[in-house]
Amino acid sequence: MNNLSLPDADTLIRQLADRMLPDITDNSVLVGMHTGGVWAAEKLHPLLNPDMPHGSLDISFYRDDFEKIGLHTQVKPTRLPFEVEGRDILLVDDVLFTGRSVRAAMNALFDYGRPQRIRLAVLIDRTGDRQLPIAADYAGLALKVPGTQHIHLIRQEDGQLMLKRVDL
Amino acid sequence: MGANPQLNAQGELQHLLTIEGLPRSLLIHILDTAEGFVAVNQQEVRKVPLLRGKAIFNLFFEPSTRTRTTFEIAAKRLSADVINLNISASSQSKGETLLDTVDNLAAMQADMFVVRHAQSGAAHMIARHVAPHIHVVNAGDGRHAHPTQGLLDMFTIRKYKGEFHNLRVAIVGDVLHSRVARSQIHALTTLGVPEVRVIAPKTLLPGDMRQMGVQVYHDLAAGLHDVDVVIILRLQNERMRGARLPSSQEYFKYYGLTAEKLAHAKADAIVMHPGPMNRGVEIDSAVADGKQSVILPQVTFGIAVRMAVMSILAGNQG
Repeated sequence: MNNLSLPDADTLIRQLADRMLPDITDNSVLVGMHTGGVWAAEKLHPLLNPDMPHGSLDISFYRDDFEKIGLHTQVKPTRLPFEVEGRDILLVDDVLFTGRSVRAAMNALFDYGRPQRIRLAVLIDRTGDRQLPIAADYAGLALKVPGTQHIHLIRQEDGQLMLKRVDL
Repeated sequence: MGANPQLNAQGELQHLLTIEGLPRSLLIHILDTAEGFVAVNQQEVRKVPLLRGKAIFNLFFEPSTRTRTTFEIAAKRLSADVINLNISASSQSKGETLLDTVDNLAAMQADMFVVRHAQSGAAHMIARHVAPHIHVVNAGDGRHAHPTQGLLDMFTIRKYKGEFHNLRVAIVGDVLHSRVARSQIHALTTLGVPEVRVIAPKTLLPGDMRQMGVQVYHDLAAGLHDVDVVIILRLQNERMRGARLPSSQEYFKYYGLTAEKLAHAKADAIVMHPGPMNRGVEIDSAVADGKQSVILPQVTFGIAVRMAVMSILAGNQG
């Protein structure tokens, strides 16, 4: 497999923003999940509403595989510079796969308050791979990916985002 | 087991017994993880589910309020079940040995022991004894080490100073009896602080200071000249009864940190103290409560650092 079969990340982000735009209100906030979701949210933010509050969420302390793999990834501080209580949260991740990260993210958000609503936006929706009853509200692209592959969002030195397939 | 009893076969932290011999990357990993827990401590629900169902025993063979409390809060914010045992008051007085106590608690399915003991090496002994799935944190052993205090001090320094490689740090006071000072010196040198000074009368300094890579001063003003960080050690009252010091008034006159003495340090120097403070002995109240003091933030950061240590240990397999 090569990268040619994956679309350009910036194009996907623009398409995703177009889908999200009708639902943005004064009560909306944008939350990116570390690390790929934070990068995607940074690109989405000016396209949606540059005045909308935005933050970043680290789910390391809420993961369900801690017993298996421990705490090895670099933990990045969660920054939510607004009240979560009562907000309409647009949660952003790069790839929706098993749904476990999103489960962890929702638990984390609820420890900050009770949001009015949480909607999920992802660049790539890996169809058929869900292990939990979770679905994306907005997806840049729905894609069937073989179980032997991962899709990563990569940020290059110039800040450009790129989607990449990795064989396991 | 490798050369370092604190690390497992994969080189991961299995126990935290001393900072001595730990690689720099591991110290940085602990400090970075603690940053994440500082954010948790600002959440509306100051709790994460990481250690749900784990049993952590605080084994305090020596009295301590602050350290025990911060370990307890840290464990509870990780959702662990915490059991506090002040053992000086129970089984030890009935003649049970230390390892018998540990075996009994292990049989109650302990996952982690946080140990404070007056004997140097007590936590090491427990770590060698327990089954591989049990983790041990040294919360202070004799004159030897107090690694989580050392780490929270490093976290505090990094918070206020940003970097370690350009700092001059002075540790003032009873270094001889201080497990805190030993842990601080190992941490500072491992993290690349180029100049660590100790300032104390000869009677309160151990003989191996220069081997530990520190500069020795006996004059407070000279030792504080141009430093970025001043760490004041607690002068333990029981030392006063020995012949090492004439009186606490005399000690304050020469080694107590006053605003006048602090003026020798850099204008933006921070003042730290591991607590509990003896005001008017090792530190003047005006300095302890002054704008350069970061003594209370140290306590707050201590919770995040202990959460980091406990969660990193619990995630590693023996």
